[in-house]
Amino acid sequence: MLKFENCLIQNGGFTLSADLSIEFSQSVAVIGPSGAGKSTLIETIAGFRDLAQGRINWAGQDITHSAPAQRSIAMLFQDGNLFPHLTATQNVSLGLTHSKRLTTDQTQTVEAALARVGLSQLGARKPAELSGGQQSRVALARVLVQRRDLLLLDEPFAALGPALKAEMLDLVAELVVETGTTLMMVSHDPEDARRITGQAILVADGVAHAPAPTNVLLDNPPEALRAYLG
Amino acid sequence: MAGRAQPVKPTLGVSAAALVAALILAALAAVALRAEPGRGLGPSDWAALKFTLTQACLSALISVALAIPLARALARRRFYGRSALIALLGAPFILPVIVAILGLLQVFGRSGWINTALEALGLPAVSIYGLHGVVLAHVFFNLPLATRLILQGWQAIPAERFRLAAQLNLSSTAMFRLIEWPMLARAMPSALATVFAICLTSFAVALSLGGGPKATTIELAIYQAFRFDFDLGRAAMLSALQIALTATAGLMALRLARGEGFGAGLDRPVQRWDGDTVAARGLDTLCIVLSALFLLLPLGAIIGAGLANLLSLPEVIFRAALTSILVAIVSTVILLLLALPMAMAIATGRGTLVELSGILGLAASPLVIGTGLFIILRPVTNPADWALPVTALVNAISALPFALRILVPNTRDEVARYGRLALSLDMAGAPFVWRVLLPRLRPQIGFAAGLAAALSMGDLGVIAFFAGPDFATLPLQTYRLMGAYKMDAAAGAALLLLILSFGAFWALDRGGRWHAEV
Repeated sequence: MLKFENCLIQNGGFTLSADLSIEFSQSVAVIGPSGAGKSTLIETIAGFRDLAQGRINWAGQDITHSAPAQRSIAMLFQDGNLFPHLTATQNVSLGLTHSKRLTTDQTQTVEAALARVGLSQLGARKPAELSGGQQSRVALARVLVQRRDLLLLDEPFAALGPALKAEMLDLVAELVVETGTTLMMVSHDPEDARRITGQAILVADGVAHAPAPTNVLLDNPPEALRAYLG
Repeated sequence: MAGRAQPVKPTLGVSAAALVAALILAALAAVALRAEPGRGLGPSDWAALKFTLTQACLSALISVALAIPLARALARRRFYGRSALIALLGAPFILPVIVAILGLLQVFGRSGWINTALEALGLPAVSIYGLHGVVLAHVFFNLPLATRLILQGWQAIPAERFRLAAQLNLSSTAMFRLIEWPMLARAMPSALATVFAICLTSFAVALSLGGGPKATTIELAIYQAFRFDFDLGRAAMLSALQIALTATAGLMALRLARGEGFGAGLDRPVQRWDGDTVAARGLDTLCIVLSALFLLLPLGAIIGAGLANLLSLPEVIFRAALTSILVAIVSTVILLLLALPMAMAIATGRGTLVELSGILGLAASPLVIGTGLFIILRPVTNPADWALPVTALVNAISALPFALRILVPNTRDEVARYGRLALSLDMAGAPFVWRVLLPRLRPQIGFAAGLAAALSMGDLGVIAFFAGPDFATLPLQTYRLMGAYKMDAAAGAALLLLILSFGAFWALDRGGRWHAEV
C-alpha cells in the first residue's frame, strides 16, 4: 500500500496537501487542471522533492527520506527517458546493472524484455534511429527489467499521436497486469484515464483527494474538475 | 525543494579548485613575502610600469579601432572564403607567439619585405623593435580577437531591426546611430578591456621585440631581474606590482565581458539592405583584403622560410620538440583532471567558490605564478630540475579558465537533462560520469584538450625562467636561435612548432568529435 500521511509539499508559494492511500496492484490516474500539482505529486513519490511535513509509506516502509533509487519505484518522465548515445539494448541493461558487460543471464533478461515490447530486432539501434513509439517501448522494456513494484508515469507518451498513445497505454496496462505492478499515471486526457485506470486521484485547489473510481469521478465531476473538463 | 539529490557529488571538484587556489595563493604569498617594499620603485621600475601601460593602451585602441570596420564588413558582406576567414580569426589564440614574431620579422624586420621595398625606393628603413614592434605584434594577435568580439555584437542584432530600418528607408547614418552605435557602445568597452588585460601580461612579445630601458614591460623586468641580476627581491616587488595591475584589469574585463568570443554562429551573415553604394563596397573590400593580408602574410612568410630549412634542422631542435610534446601531454592531462571535476561541481550548482578559483588563474599572470613557485622551490631544491613539471602545471592553470568556459555549459545541460533519469536508475556518482557525462561531453573535452595542448606547446613564459642552459622546449629553443641570429634554423624550428601546435589542436578537437555520440 502507498500511504501519504498528512503530507504537505511546498514549492515557492505553491502548496499541495495529501492524505490518502492506494492499494497494491491498482492502476490510478492523477487528474486535474494544469498547474494544480499533478507532476509535483508524482515527483515527490519518486523522491525528487522533499516533503515540508508528513510521511510517505510504501509497502510498509517509510520512504520519506530515501534516495530515489532506494524506493523500488520506476518512473518515466515527460521526455529524456533514454540516453541518446546508448543503444536500445544498453539503455535497457541500465535497468539491471551499470557495468558495460552483462552476464549471460542479464543478456537473456534484456533480450526477453525487448522481445516482450516487440523490439527484438532493434536492440542495436540508438534512440535517434527509432520512431517515437519505439523509443517509448525501449523505456518500457527497461521498466520491465527494473522489476519495481510501483510504476510512475508523468505523461511520457504526450508527444505521440492519439493512436500510438492508445497503443502504448494498452501495452502499459498489459505489463502491469502481468507483473502485478502498481501504476500511477499523470493524465490531462480523461480518455487515457478511462482507458487503463480503475481509480483516479483528483488534484485541485492545493489538495490531492483520495482515490475514487475513475468512471464515477469523470461522469459526475466535482466543481473543480468540471471547470477543467468543460 | 526541487532537485535536492544530484547525480554527481561536488567533492572532487571542490578539492581540485582548492588545490588550484592553494597553489596560486601560495605563489602570490611567496612573492609578497619576498618583495621589499621599503626599497620603493626605482626609475627603471617606473619606466617599466609606464611602458607596460602605454603599449597595452595603444594595442587595445588600435586593435579595436581596426576591428570595427572589419567586423562591419564581415557582418554585411557575403563572399567566397568568408567562413574560412572567420575561422582564421580564431587561429591566433593557439598560434605560438614566437612563430608569429618570426613571421612578422620576415615581413617587417630589418631585412624583411617592407624594408627591402623601402630600400628599393630609396626610403629610410623602419625598425620593428621597441614600442611600435610590440604594439604591432599585439595588434596582430588581438585584432582577430577584437573582431570576433565585435562581430558577435553585430550578429546579436535581431534581423528584424534591419528589416524595419529598410522599410523606414533609413539612411546609413541614421541606421548607424539608431542600431549599430548602441551595440558598439556596449561591445567596445568589453573588447578594449579584454585586449588591454591580455597585453598587460604578454611576456614573449616584449621579450623578443622589446627590451632596453625604453621598451621593457614589467614582466620583462621581472625576468631580467631574475635572469641577469638574480635580484629576487626586485623580481618579487615587480611581481606584486604586476599582480595589482592584472587583477585590476582582469576584474575590469570580467565586469565588462559579455560574450566570450568562442561563440558559434559567427559565420551567419546578416541580411541587410544598406551599404550597397560603391563607396561602402569599396571600403568593406579594402578592410577585408588588408586584414587578410596582415594576418596571412606573416604566417605565409614563416611557412615559406621554414619549409626550406625543415629538413636540415639540427638535432637539438628535435630534442626540444620532444620535450615540448611531453610538456603539452602532461599539461593537458593535468588540465583535464582539474577542469572536469570542477565543471561538474559548477554544473550541480555548488560551485561559486569553484568558479572563483577558476578565474584566479586569469588574475595572476603565469610569469608571476612562476616567480612565486621559483621562490618556494629554491630553498628546497634546484628549480631547474623542476622546469618540466612546473611549466606543465602553470600552463594547465592558465588554460583552466578557458577550459571551464567550454565545459561548464554542456555539463550543466547534461546534468539537467539526464540527472533525474540517472538518479532513478541508481547511477549517481561514477556510473553517471563514465557512462553518461564523459561520452556525451567528448566534443567539448576534445576542444578544451586541444586548446590546452596547443597553448602549452607554444608557451614561452615560465619555461624561460626555469630552464637551465641544457634544457629547452621548442619555443624557447626557437627564441635562442633567433637571439643568436640563426634565422634560417629559427624559421625551420618555428614551422615545426606551428605544425605541432596546430596538429595537437586539430587531432584532439577532431578526436573529440569523431564518431561523437550525440
